[in-house]
Amino acid sequence: MNARKLDRVTDVAIDVFMWSFKAVIIAVVVVGSVLTLLSGTYTPADWLELVGAGLTQGSIYAMIALGYTMVYGILRMINFAHGEIFMAGSFGGYFALVALASTGMLSQGVAVSLFAIGLAILAAMAVSVLLAVGVERIAYRPLRDAPRLVPLISAIGASLFLQYSFRGFFGSGLYAYPTPDFLKQDAPIPLLSMRWVDVLVVVASLAMMTVLYLFVMRSKLGTSIRAVSEDQGTAALMGIDANRAIVMTFVIGAAMAGAAGVLYGLAFIQVTYFMGVIPGIKAFTAAVLGGIGNVPGALLGGLFLGLIEAIGPTLFLSGFGVPATNQLKDAVAFTMLVLVLVFRPSGILGERVTRSRA
Amino acid sequence: MTAVAIQPTDMPGAGAADTWNLRRVLQISVIAGVVAIYLCLVGIVPVFAERPLIVDVLELGQAALLITFGAASYLAGMDQVKASWLRAVVVGAIVGAITGAFLTGLVLLGEAIDLRSVFLNASPTLYALLTDGIVLTGPIVPIVAGAITGALAAVILGLPSAIRVPLVIGLSSLLFFGLFAGLLRTPMLVTPLRDVARFMFGSEGLTAAGAAIVFVVSVGTTAIVRRTKPRQRVNALPPRQRRLVVGPLGLLVLALVLLFPLAMGPFFAQVIALVAIFVLLGMGLNITLGLAGLLDLGFVAFFAVGAYTVALLTSTAEYGLANWGFWEAVPFAVLFAMLFGLILGLPILRIRGDYLAIATLGFGEIIRILAGSDLMKPILGGPRGILNIPKPLDVPPTHWLSGPVQIYYIALAFAAVVAFIAWRLRSSRLGRSWMAIREDEDVAEGMGVNLVQTKLLAYMLGGAFAGLAGAISAGLVGSIFASSIQLQLSINVAAIVIVGGMGSIPGVVVGALILVGLPELFREFSDYRLLFYGIALMVIMILRPEGLLPSRVTRRELHTSRELADVPDSELVTDEERREASLP
Repeated sequence: MNARKLDRVTDVAIDVFMWSFKAVIIAVVVVGSVLTLLSGTYTPADWLELVGAGLTQGSIYAMIALGYTMVYGILRMINFAHGEIFMAGSFGGYFALVALASTGMLSQGVAVSLFAIGLAILAAMAVSVLLAVGVERIAYRPLRDAPRLVPLISAIGASLFLQYSFRGFFGSGLYAYPTPDFLKQDAPIPLLSMRWVDVLVVVASLAMMTVLYLFVMRSKLGTSIRAVSEDQGTAALMGIDANRAIVMTFVIGAAMAGAAGVLYGLAFIQVTYFMGVIPGIKAFTAAVLGGIGNVPGALLGGLFLGLIEAIGPTLFLSGFGVPATNQLKDAVAFTMLVLVLVFRPSGILGERVTRSRA
Repeated sequence: MTAVAIQPTDMPGAGAADTWNLRRVLQISVIAGVVAIYLCLVGIVPVFAERPLIVDVLELGQAALLITFGAASYLAGMDQVKASWLRAVVVGAIVGAITGAFLTGLVLLGEAIDLRSVFLNASPTLYALLTDGIVLTGPIVPIVAGAITGALAAVILGLPSAIRVPLVIGLSSLLFFGLFAGLLRTPMLVTPLRDVARFMFGSEGLTAAGAAIVFVVSVGTTAIVRRTKPRQRVNALPPRQRRLVVGPLGLLVLALVLLFPLAMGPFFAQVIALVAIFVLLGMGLNITLGLAGLLDLGFVAFFAVGAYTVALLTSTAEYGLANWGFWEAVPFAVLFAMLFGLILGLPILRIRGDYLAIATLGFGEIIRILAGSDLMKPILGGPRGILNIPKPLDVPPTHWLSGPVQIYYIALAFAAVVAFIAWRLRSSRLGRSWMAIREDEDVAEGMGVNLVQTKLLAYMLGGAFAGLAGAISAGLVGSIFASSIQLQLSINVAAIVIVGGMGSIPGVVVGALILVGLPELFREFSDYRLLFYGIALMVIMILRPEGLLPSRVTRRELHTSRELADVPDSELVTDEERREASLP
């Protein structure tokens, strides 16, 4: 009897704790924002610039998040090596673009440059897809029936292997992406201050994700992927080749990550062997934010994360006089992640995986 | 698998063994060829082309390629040797030659177009290396070398196992001693063994004479061990006599463990002290992850809390608050880490599975970013860190207990205590509750396990051990910086627990030795350390998903239907205890 009473007390205590946790976060956000806005340090133009940066970053997160979300949807595993697939795509696109630039294609007007960038994206996709299929075959497929932590560790191994292989191939230096000049100029977009490259990133990622969404929803292969994520056993009974669907999932996710690699290179110039780690974790955060296993959710989560990361530190924290808020960009993103996981684990859009599995 | 040349069932008409199985031969050759090209382009071959394995005989870079040829041919020959030895040799030579042909292709391609603008290592030096045989030169060299190595590997494969096994072990020990000769030589130079050391080991690699000795001794030992089978004999003894053998052996191992850092010099002491700290961390995570099944990828946060608590309380430099001694600060480090476990555990109580891993990873990252930020700089010192943390034992620098040696003993003593606590906890009511929620939370709750208490205790106790490790580590280094808190540390500890075998205490020790100790010894190959670490993680998980030294329960989970179905449940825990109690 006493033990049960104690349990009830702890339950109440935990509820109180959770509520105060929530209250503190909300208070920090509200008070911080008000203080920052009242201080008048930042002009509306400053905020709009942050929004532009957030949209660019967010579209890239969204594209990477797609691979996480689809693989998690079908295999219920976190593909820790996905950030490295993104990095590999970035390198593949770099060498393709350098080769194309040496033929002078990047200085022959907008149309030719865009065509060259398109070719580089295709090259990047090819590199990423090849590696992702290899990783799936070697590091994940033999472990499909193992306990859930086992493929996770194997994925961490694959991630380190890819990172340090690339370091061996290309050294530890930074590679600067060749960018055609017109991309660096400001684009005439009302309100937002964005460069053309930012516009390219946002438009290209939106276009690719739309195509992908239609593919997953309409095509036969997309339907089989959805069927296998729903219930592998039943799908197999319906005559769907589960292995093929799984490999296709990796192919699609990797193609998106490869394209994101090129866009990242164009927007942020520098690529290096460890560039995939942080965007990888962030993109997973985006996938969780949007509701894992959900394609539009990845887009929404990515954009949301990009924006909150760009605006959040300044808006919420600088009002309290916190120095160098930009350092805390990642901390804000991860706080966001923890909050979503604690208070709304099904993500913004919500989906089926969490209820049945997590 | 026996290597008897021809058995009646393998005569013509007996199926797969009889066909040449060209597809498989080709498959293996292509994979090996890709591996060989990878080894060249990733830099292992050219970078270690000057690093001797056996002085003036064989360099490490070339050895890597020869091992690739040999291993591929060995694998391909295993199918064939059942049919005939000669055929295995022919297949081995073919596989080696095709693998070599890939390298020839690389050389020819590299001469035709400039690969170097993409791959840094595709340099003329590499091509020169690949085309420079001892007797002949030219692009044909890799093919010939591949064919010869492949044929030799297949010859070994066809030998009766009484010869083959010692031979393979002899070759492996050549590789092992060749890799570590320099490390072994240095501590031996200050002992009476210095002349032996100079005779056998170069500053890098074995001398030719040393190689001969190592080879003969290892072949001889293996042959004797195989002939006499000491392990079976001991196992066959009646229990009382067995204890007479196992007891002294255990004492010997204990003595080795205790004297190791003193005998092997400061470098090994440093390495082994680090291993001991990771054993402590592993024991902590073994409770949270191994027993309770809560994957914490932000474990570094507890380590940080422990380390910073000690630093703040003891440091005599800037940011130090109290100037305490090390030992007064340690209990507070543990206490704060525990408290932190409580605070961290509360909000994530209801998160499960992979999401928990990600949430804790997020927590870990937040702590890391905060520690390095300007926000916390006035308290924690930011990237400049907190300096002048006193050593646990205040001895003059010349004393034998100075430096890493004392940290080793302290960490070892704590690890022993913690291992005892963990071992006692596991079969306690609490431990069984942990294992119950690891298997299935809902069922555990239905059975009356209090999820809140049980989970929080797992976070708190795991955190306490990690805080202790952080405190000791701060004492070892003498300072703590924001950059010492890294995601890699959390991943390392999780890998130790899972590779060792979830929930298994000896597993943690083995995991720490392999994943922390071994890479430290490869310091010379620092650029490729994490590469091999990644490969090792994948290989261990694929070959032994249950871990290297799994506890009986985990093993049972993975092989339920077949091997262990007949083990009665009541035996599970007690048997496991018996096994562990008998270990030194």
